[in-house]
Amino acid sequence: MGKKVIEIENLFVELDGITVLENVNLTVNEYDFLGIIGPNGGGKTTFLRVLLGLVKPARGKVRIMGNPVEKNRHLLGYVPQYAVFDRSFPISVEEVVVSARLARKQGIRFSNEDYRIAASALERVEMLPLRSRQMGELSGGERQRVLVARALAVQPRILLLDEPTASVDSRFAAGFYELLRELNREMTLILVSHDISAVSSYVKTLACMNRTLYYEHSRELNREMIENTYNCPVDLIAHGIPHRVLPPHDGVVGS
Amino acid sequence: MEILQFDFMRNALLVGLLVSVACGMIGTYVVVKRIVFISGGISHTAYGGIGLGYYLGFNPMLGATLFTIVSALGMGLVQQRSSQRQDTVIGVMWAVGMALGIVFVKLSPGYTADLMSYLFGSILTVPERDILFILLLDLLIIATVYRYFEEFKAVAFDEEFARVSGLKVEFYNILLLLLVALTVVVMIRAVGIILVIALLTIPPAIAGEYSRGLKGMMGLAVVLGIIFTTAGLYLSYLFDLPSGATIILVAATGYILALLIKKKIHT
Ligand SMILES: Nc1ncnc2c1ncn2[C@@H]1O[C@H](COP(=O)(O)OP(=O)(O)OP(=O)(O)O)[C@@H](O)[C@H]1O
Ligand SMILES: [Mg+2]
Repeated sequence: MGKKVIEIENLFVELDGITVLENVNLTVNEYDFLGIIGPNGGGKTTFLRVLLGLVKPARGKVRIMGNPVEKNRHLLGYVPQYAVFDRSFPISVEEVVVSARLARKQGIRFSNEDYRIAASALERVEMLPLRSRQMGELSGGERQRVLVARALAVQPRILLLDEPTASVDSRFAAGFYELLRELNREMTLILVSHDISAVSSYVKTLACMNRTLYYEHSRELNREMIENTYNCPVDLIAHGIPHRVLPPHDGVVGS
Repeated sequence: MEILQFDFMRNALLVGLLVSVACGMIGTYVVVKRIVFISGGISHTAYGGIGLGYYLGFNPMLGATLFTIVSALGMGLVQQRSSQRQDTVIGVMWAVGMALGIVFVKLSPGYTADLMSYLFGSILTVPERDILFILLLDLLIIATVYRYFEEFKAVAFDEEFARVSGLKVEFYNILLLLLVALTVVVMIRAVGIILVIALLTIPPAIAGEYSRGLKGMMGLAVVLGIIFTTAGLYLSYLFDLPSGATIILVAATGYILALLIKKKIHT
């Protein structure tokens, strides 16, 4: 078992006075690949934002590589769920990706090395040919790939992905999970997704989030866990997951 | 050109150039960050400082600098709070600044006739010491934008990611508002408080339609600013019109033409 990269104890989060997360406890070890599923509004995005220091917890301890979030968040790469950009903003794909190097940049401008890292990140998501394209001229799926490239260009130790395959086509999605598996050799991954079948066959461990985190050190997804989080399996059908992926009783999904 | 023989005309063209540089660079950020309203607020609070200058008998330009800086800091704090009433607070600060100015001016002893030149600009009668002041502010603006170009761009494009990357987003937002304050001061002499916001936003807005990067947008906005101020100046001289208002009308005409041309290209 590797060393602990994320430690969370007794985490409570309130947004506008409403408790969104309560009593979350989690330890993630180096080179883990954690999948998080859960219903809409379950607090998955909020949870990632806490790790990134964008949301301050009401209570509890959050440590990244043994330090408070503020100190170590430069070790995190983040692919947000929604890309809310001003389409008229004059900026190229390459400029967006190289901006990931801001925390590492030495001089006033980015170095050739920074541009090389940005190019190889674009290469990995098959967007290198569009590097000079304006951000506002991309399709939704292409934009999402650029966001993945931007997160990779951070060269993070831990990569947080919030539904990165929500608007990419299925061909890219399949390749994308392979890419994640490859990246997992270099870094720790946390993936939020509604795509339970894909997640459960790629991640090493699986957790459900609905106000709190239901977590077991395995990727065994039992019915009890699902029902605790989703409350009702109908939700799963609404998410496009056929009922039969669920084991009849306490079985195992995935391989 | 014979009009260039006049000293005041050469000074006016120089001021037009200096103003265009400041508002082309900073106006670009104002437009892409959509902080036009905040900038309008900052520029109008300048009137309070001008009034204070009259009242206490020091250079009104210094008063304007002081007030715009204080209001930039205030707006920066308001901007940081994600409350929905942001625009209300900004509107109130805007009006309070103006009201202070009106009260100070009323209390001021003696002659306040050139007050109008602060409200509506008088690019033809900018004193030499003010030109020097404007030049210094311009250099400060250029140096800061040069130094923090990438940081400003990142914060303007995606504030959240900039924050995650470890940038002090609040610092850059406030620094930018301070630059807006300085730019406003630079522009007051040329077009006046009331018209500042038009010259600050029109050249970058046009440039934005034709640019693929912030650098190009700034460059084009500066060139357009120079064209508008020079043409406005010439027309105001030719037809004996108020210079500030003429410059704005020329810029607005340019804006409409640019939008029409763009539309034509796309259809
Ligand atoms: N800025 C906010 N202010 C107040 N409440 C919020 C805010 N953002 C989210 N919430 C609430 O917090 C809860 C958790 O939201 P969150 O976005 O973390 O859910 P999620 O699990 O990511 O959902 P989804 O699957 O739809 O992305 C929701 O009930 C939501 O209404
Ligand atoms: Mg979410």
